[in-house]
Amino acid sequence: MPGTLIYAEVQGGEIKKGSFEIAGKAKEFGSEVSACIIGSGVESLAPELAKYGVDKIYVVDAPEFENYVTEAFVQAFVQVAQQVKPDIILASATAQGKDFVPAIAARLKVGAISDCVDLTKDGDNLVAKRPVYAGKAYVNVEATGDTKILGIRPNSFAVAENAGAGAVEKVSVDLDSEKIKVVVNAVEIAESDEPDQTEAEIIVSGGRGMKDAESFAMLEKLAKVLGPGSTTGASRAAVDAGWRDHAYQVGQTGKTVSPNLYIACGISGAIQHLAGMGTSKVIVAINKDGDAPIFSKADYGVVDDLFNVVPPFTQEVEKVK
Amino acid sequence: MNTVVCIKQVPDTETLIKVNGDGTGIVEDGVKWVMSPYDEYGVEEALQQKEKLKAGKVTLVSFGPDRVISAIRTGLAMGADMAVHIKDEAAYAKADSFATAGILAAAIKDLEYDAVFMGKQAIDDDSGQVPAMLGEILGIPVVTQVIKIEVSGDKATVTREVEGGHAILEVTLPAVFSAQKGLNEPRYASLPGIMKAKKKPVDVKSVSDLGVDAAPMSVVKSMSLPPAREAGKIIEGDDAETKAAALAKALHEEAKVI
Ligand SMILES: Cc1cc2nc3c(=O)[nH]c(=O)nc-3n(C[C@H](O)[C@H](O)[C@H](O)COP(=O)(O)OP(=O)(O)OC[C@H]3O[C@@H](n4cnc5c(N)ncnc54)[C@H](O)[C@@H]3O)c2cc1C
Ligand SMILES: Nc1ncnc2c1ncn2[C@@H]1O[C@H](COP(=O)(O)O)[C@@H](O)[C@H]1O
Repeated sequence: MPGTLIYAEVQGGEIKKGSFEIAGKAKEFGSEVSACIIGSGVESLAPELAKYGVDKIYVVDAPEFENYVTEAFVQAFVQVAQQVKPDIILASATAQGKDFVPAIAARLKVGAISDCVDLTKDGDNLVAKRPVYAGKAYVNVEATGDTKILGIRPNSFAVAENAGAGAVEKVSVDLDSEKIKVVVNAVEIAESDEPDQTEAEIIVSGGRGMKDAESFAMLEKLAKVLGPGSTTGASRAAVDAGWRDHAYQVGQTGKTVSPNLYIACGISGAIQHLAGMGTSKVIVAINKDGDAPIFSKADYGVVDDLFNVVPPFTQEVEKVK
Repeated sequence: MNTVVCIKQVPDTETLIKVNGDGTGIVEDGVKWVMSPYDEYGVEEALQQKEKLKAGKVTLVSFGPDRVISAIRTGLAMGADMAVHIKDEAAYAKADSFATAGILAAAIKDLEYDAVFMGKQAIDDDSGQVPAMLGEILGIPVVTQVIKIEVSGDKATVTREVEGGHAILEVTLPAVFSAQKGLNEPRYASLPGIMKAKKKPVDVKSVSDLGVDAAPMSVVKSMSLPPAREAGKIIEGDDAETKAAALAKALHEEAKVI
């Protein structure tokens, strides 16, 4: 039956927002929307999906799915996909989705298109828009396989509440453990309620102008005041100096981000940095050099010492919030 | 340990991207071509593993047109032993990640290897899919976004980046690893390295030599540039506090983003 199967990713006991975004998009296609959810103790999350238009939810819930192991999750998902026979499969292009999607595609012997920011369906034709060259350009790519598999960048579609039938079916998966050649020894996740940069609505980013690692506390404070959905980022100069972990790096060899608001503090605006954040909706630059290239891309610029601007700005934000 | 490193040649990160006449690719004139930065980590890792274990050969595999030879020479100059160049301009022009993975797999399957190192993504198409697909086609495990690898016997203990932190895994070799920044510091080619590279063997093959049918599963219909961003407003004020207040006001009342 023609329809869309979405992968509902669970992290920290919750379904990720990106999964609801793709459910809403799948609903627009008109045909049946089903979802597959995999994990340990995840069955109780399934009804959530019905609120976003999912008609049928396949639940793979067993202790061996406690941690994400590519091979185990691929086996489970592919079993569901072979039962559902969807013509489209969508997953959110989160860190896990980026690992998972190409693996299921190759297992199903079809291709996949990663990191899509828009989808246009016209009859059987499905065209995805995605950034290339870290956002310096966009391509429209037509998926031509029998099953079209796409990874969708978080924040590309609004979350839309839609009623779906939401029937739940438990699926038991016989894992072929011979094929599982990876064992997870440990997962270390830093305690943080900040979203990932690629999913954040607001990013406060610091560059070489921050001068040292400690000054980033100032940006963290501002991000906190800006509210949930906000996080911090960094230029490569700040990462290479050892002030921030690479996970924070924005740019061509870091993360490509597109938040509603990007605040660049002490970042000059090198082409590799602009590539990664140029599609942010509103860009603010705080830099003491009025000639810095970042100002040519900024919607709002403040030419001044960031150490004198960020603290009062944080106070002002607290007031207007 | 024998290793294979897949390297892709891409435009340097400084490149100003312009769309070509038929609107499906970039203008290649004047582009400076380099090895994709994440692939440099792959080459470095292969060399370090070879040096640590004092055994094995490092073979580079690159799929692309004539020009790719310069990236291959760079990898050989860094210290790789030999290379396979899958030279096929026509196949390359229409290859997507799935076709590329199939073609690379066909070239790699007959090589002797315990590990395949790749970049986490090529910085031209930014697809980040070839490593997972390649492992799947070769029938071996894949660990993506790797920041540390320790090999012991036929096992490797690997640290990979996950959302908000990292995971430590143990994987049975042979396996595919895709490199994330932080894995190592790629070396520069030395002058003697560059001289020696010229004499190292490069096996040139076409896609039909490999006997693989690598039909792409997607087609690029058009390419466009993002709308140009105009410089906006500079917030004026007598001192930093005034500017800070005006900025907060503008973001709240005008841009409505806070
Ligand atoms: C292959 C390759 C890949 C790369 N990938 C990336 C990438 O992914 N991301 C990335 O960011 N870069 C990347 N780069 C690096 C890029 O070219 C720049 O070097 C880098 O972005 C510069 O970082 P920066 O703006 O923080 O530092 P700088 O260019 O040194 O700028 C610092 C700015 O801070 C300002 N400043 C200093 N003190 C203050 C103060 N007190 N108050 C206000 N302003 C102040 C200065 O005026 C200056 O404009 C890459 C480079 C290469 C070659
Ligand atoms: N044409 C190619 N030749 C050799 N290796 C490639 C090629 N394309 C992709 N790769 C490898 O796959 C990785 C990920 O590429 P991609 O999935 O295209 O982003 C790259 O870093 C390379 O290691």
